[in-house]
Amino acid sequence: MTTLTAGALLPVKVRARRPVPVMVAGGFLALVVVAAVFAPLLAPYAPDAVDLSASLAGTSPEHLLGTDASGQDLLSRVLYGARSSLLAPLALLALAALLGITMGTVAAWYGGWVDTLLSRVTDVMYAFPGLLFVVLVIAVFGDGLTTSVVAMGLAYAPTIARYTRSLALSERSKPYIDAYRVQGMGGARICVRHLVPNLSGALVGYLVVLFGEGLMSLATLSYLGFGAGSPSIDWGLMVQEGQDAVVQGALLPALVPGTAIAAVVVAFNIVGVWVSDRLGQGR
Amino acid sequence: MTKAEPALVVQGLCKSYPLPGGGRTAAVDDVSFSVAAGGSLGVVGESGSGKTTVARMLVGLVRPDAGTIAVNGRERTPGQRGGGKLPGLSRPGGGKAARLRRAREIQIVFQDPYVSLDPRLTARQCLQGALRLHGRYEGEAAATRVGELLDQVGLGKREADARPRGLSGGQRQRLAIARALAVDPQVLVLDEAVAALDVSIQAQILQLLADIRRETGVALVFVSHDLAVVRHITDDTLVMRRGRTVETGPTARVLDAPKDPYTRLLLSSVPREGWDPAETVRLRGELAGATRAD
Repeated sequence: MTTLTAGALLPVKVRARRPVPVMVAGGFLALVVVAAVFAPLLAPYAPDAVDLSASLAGTSPEHLLGTDASGQDLLSRVLYGARSSLLAPLALLALAALLGITMGTVAAWYGGWVDTLLSRVTDVMYAFPGLLFVVLVIAVFGDGLTTSVVAMGLAYAPTIARYTRSLALSERSKPYIDAYRVQGMGGARICVRHLVPNLSGALVGYLVVLFGEGLMSLATLSYLGFGAGSPSIDWGLMVQEGQDAVVQGALLPALVPGTAIAAVVVAFNIVGVWVSDRLGQGR
Repeated sequence: MTKAEPALVVQGLCKSYPLPGGGRTAAVDDVSFSVAAGGSLGVVGESGSGKTTVARMLVGLVRPDAGTIAVNGRERTPGQRGGGKLPGLSRPGGGKAARLRRAREIQIVFQDPYVSLDPRLTARQCLQGALRLHGRYEGEAAATRVGELLDQVGLGKREADARPRGLSGGQRQRLAIARALAVDPQVLVLDEAVAALDVSIQAQILQLLADIRRETGVALVFVSHDLAVVRHITDDTLVMRRGRTVETGPTARVLDAPKDPYTRLLLSSVPREGWDPAETVRLRGELAGATRAD
């Protein structure tokens, strides 16, 4: 008599629906969010507690992830840093999604010269390197986290607009939209109440992937010194502050926040792709 | 209102589309017909004959190049060309009130119930949405009316709370019919409304439509390529070919004693006992030759 492992008799397709990487990535992101929310409870030290006697310490029971040049505990700083590193991309995406989804839907719905105009504007913004645009905005309006979030939001809007437009174009041609028009429903109401909500699955997946990208871009800006500045605690800023220590042979101050950024971005990608696969295909 | 007074009068309807290489092709060319209140008209023809374009013009999804459509003697305002603020879609003028009034004149049931229903809404929400939009039923009355509509098309409690994906093709088409009836239209256009359903379900839906016509007095315009279906449900028939009307008259007369060679061809194309496909192909060749000689 042969023994079968659980699930071995299920059709391959059903088994394939248990996406281990997605569960791992999703679980990790949940942990990061919990860590950010409960940072004051979890962190062993205050994130800005300076202890020059413990400067650039390696891992030890006192400092699980070591310390930076000022002797600040890296674990505490990474936990606190998760807050601005997660909230900033969220604000960025909210702005970009509002602009992008509106532009894309309007372009697809009205077609004609409205579409041409919006698509050309989008193309121009798309062709312009995003980071350069952001640096330009910062040069004009001054640096800081708010400016970089708003500027990045503007830079991301065209991408979302393009994607929304292509989705909305195919959705608009479906007979159920015609049925709403025959019912006497106005275009704005059809778009807001019915067309965009029917795109939400695909859009949410896309936004989750973009969240990872946004987090990375904001970290890059902070690293370059345009985004969050000292004394705020931000992963990108931590990498920048930690890079001098690399020369002195201490890798941890740059490595810890860098790893945090990389892991979160990868996790968002995995989850985002899965979400758009699952929700994007019609119900 | 006397029976003789037509619910729908269509005169000189034309629509042409630009061809890729330049020039235009006439999808619908000078089509006129009328349907009595509570009457039923079949519009038949093969693919590309322009019958679906006629259906879409009736409900305002396509703007006619010329011609008029009147319901109960009142002309449907076709919306001035370029009168809308934005291009692209045909935007009949007149604001919300006029839009809703037009909706209560003519409603449509589309061919494919798999894509003509909003996938996010349950049957109940779908009907409630239509009632709310027209604002003629509020609160309790709306809930009662939804129940009546579901009952009228033979959908039960389980179906009421199901989304389209949880309904069969026949049930979806019943819901699409209920949605059209929700606004109490004068005329109901059925664009190949049973073509996507299998034969036993077709019969049920046709019976349902006949019942609804008798109960509500709505006039039906039945666009179809299926002559058996048209014979079953219509009083009059209009045969279209390449955008033109080739024959029109009482359904029984048109189908039993066709005067036009094209109608005879359509009839001979229907598979039946002792049917010879080669004969159909030969007739078609003759007809094509005759048309070219015109």
